[in-house]
Amino acid sequence: MLHEPSVELGKDKSIPQKTRLGVVMFLVYMVVYSGFVLIGTMFPEALGVEFIGGQNLAFLYGMGLIVLAVVMGLIYNFFCTRLEDRLNKEEQA
Amino acid sequence: MIYQISSTAIIIFIAFVLTVLGLSFFFARKTKSASGYYAAGGQIHWAVNGIAFAGDYLSAASFLGICGMIAFFGYDGFLYSIGYLAGWVVALFLVAEPLKRLGKYTFADALDARFDSRAIKLTAAISTLVVSIFYLIPQMVGAGALVTPLLGLPHWVGVVMVGAVVILIVATAGMTSTTYVQFIKGGLLIVFSLIVVILVLNKGIKRTPSPDYHQPIVLAATLADGRVEAVADSSYRVLGQREENGLTFVKMTRAGIDSWWKLNAGPTAAELEETLTEVVRKDGSTLYNGEPKEAGKFYQVGHVSKVVVDGREVEKTGPIGPFKFIKTLGASEVVRFSKKTFAFEDERVTVYFQNVTAGSDIIKPGLYYKLEKGASIWSRLDFLSLMLALFLGTSALPHILIRYYTVPSQRAARKSTIVAISAIGFFYILTLYLGTGAMINGSLDLGSSNMSAPLLAKTFGITLFSIISAIAFATILGTVSGLIVASSGAVAHDLMDKYMKIGMTEKQKVRAGRIAAVCVGIVAILLGILFEKQNVSFLVGLAFAIAASANLPAILMLLFWKRTTAKGISWAIVVGMTTSLILILLSPTMYEIYGLPAASAPVPLKNPGLISIPLGFLTLVIVSLLSKKRQASPALEK
Repeated sequence: MLHEPSVELGKDKSIPQKTRLGVVMFLVYMVVYSGFVLIGTMFPEALGVEFIGGQNLAFLYGMGLIVLAVVMGLIYNFFCTRLEDRLNKEEQA
Repeated sequence: MIYQISSTAIIIFIAFVLTVLGLSFFFARKTKSASGYYAAGGQIHWAVNGIAFAGDYLSAASFLGICGMIAFFGYDGFLYSIGYLAGWVVALFLVAEPLKRLGKYTFADALDARFDSRAIKLTAAISTLVVSIFYLIPQMVGAGALVTPLLGLPHWVGVVMVGAVVILIVATAGMTSTTYVQFIKGGLLIVFSLIVVILVLNKGIKRTPSPDYHQPIVLAATLADGRVEAVADSSYRVLGQREENGLTFVKMTRAGIDSWWKLNAGPTAAELEETLTEVVRKDGSTLYNGEPKEAGKFYQVGHVSKVVVDGREVEKTGPIGPFKFIKTLGASEVVRFSKKTFAFEDERVTVYFQNVTAGSDIIKPGLYYKLEKGASIWSRLDFLSLMLALFLGTSALPHILIRYYTVPSQRAARKSTIVAISAIGFFYILTLYLGTGAMINGSLDLGSSNMSAPLLAKTFGITLFSIISAIAFATILGTVSGLIVASSGAVAHDLMDKYMKIGMTEKQKVRAGRIAAVCVGIVAILLGILFEKQNVSFLVGLAFAIAASANLPAILMLLFWKRTTAKGISWAIVVGMTTSLILILLSPTMYEIYGLPAASAPVPLKNPGLISIPLGFLTLVIVSLLSKKRQASPALEK
């Protein structure tokens, strides 16, 4: 992992899987994000409705989107790292 | 607007900025000796790089703009926080790694990697330049907003100062990135914002934000035929009355000082409510609340008129947790200020009057982007347009894309992106508390929303205020230098060298870059002065829309659609960029800047993304299909 980009990249066998994982995770986040935007556009009143702990939907959904981005980032990194380690090791063996 | 200048503030500010500049030069010298800073980026730990990312991204727009927008419009400002962060998801999952695999160093190079097309070189360079300049405007406006209260200088001086310092940096330190400086700034910004938020929560919600807070005066009045005849306080004399969109404003005078009051006429009684005014007189001079600027009468505002905890009205909450803070705010009642401008006897009068707003409206969108029943279709589309532009904009910003080439491996790139997302996400959560904190703690300067967060810090002491302002100023310096370097690169490297193929020696190339930097710097200074009154976050929203329209279709389709052609890419850039620019120039916001009524703007959308982003994609697909010579492409991956 410490060589020049091109060298390292040439050996990386995990690219197709990582790309697929990235697309899937992007789609998941996009659906959740679109949900927020659509509620805001179509049913703005719903964002004022109180849910858990007396907090309204706008607060919970908005904060949730920020936290979700961080959590999904960590998950993505975990799986990518595992894929890289596993597939590239198999190749070398 | 009107602030007292403190020497402590000036000393802390100058010391901080000099330290940052010194560090910047120190690291620039050091990294110059290592051969090629960008290639040697591997020496930087990914965690440091991640925070540096955050330092880069959390510019004036985030700190000044978002907090200011939340302070004035509540949750609507927080939409920017959500959108800016969501943009990083696109960058991480879709763009970062594949683009890095192209193994190039600039955005234009990466796009052009498969085609070697002059058209791509030209269009990508121009779009880099346009996006960078639009991104520069808010940074400059933010700089101007900062030096006003801190050093007591007018807005334009701040803009010129930043411009001059940055041009100096670019001309002397050159292109070497100041990762450690960005790391320090990013870290400090997050830490000190956290400190302010803790102080806000510790103070809780109070009806009187501070002992010296100016609570607006209310006077009883008697009416005859709808006109004010007498006022409870007989030292006031009525001078005139003015109807404006169903609101009535009354001009009165006392001890030679004129003031404007808002008339609230009930069925039995009437009362006059004190307003804040900015009056431009015939001779061009401006009076603030009836007196010259120096008198310092244009006080800061923002308070809660009712604090409700668990259904009971109280005077104050005392220390409070973050969830309870939002919940209590939602149940309470906040005094915001609305603005009306009209002409009255040769004077141009701007009145800021109280607008009592239910807390439940503050903690959901709708005060800026009108969404509720009766809202026009355009204002709903505006909201949609903004959220789309923010989501797709981040991964299309040239100066963010370039950052992916500064790390040695995909793994390091990914990890530093995740550190960045975490740090930025945490900061954006803080913005909600900084903004609402400013809103209820008398930290609003009605003349400029951008100062809300630093002024909030000021309520906790001048030292904190100076540190926060200095960090913000230094962040602007960093971001501006980065943008100017990127634009000068687009001119000198992409346009002059690659496109026009002007044979230049290394030395000439550097000189061309510096001249370009100075020119871009001057353009940025002028635009920064012109856009003074605009919220910086709103302006960044425009930069995002242009980036998303011009660059994103090209990047995504190049990576994920095999039939993309060179012509498709360059046409998509041209169409995306020009339509977004034209839509901006014809938008209500620009009409206000031209001095025309906003309602007369031919395009009712404030943010062009909704139209121009799909148009960019459509153009790429159509042109690619029409021009598909077999030249097209080994797909990057599949």
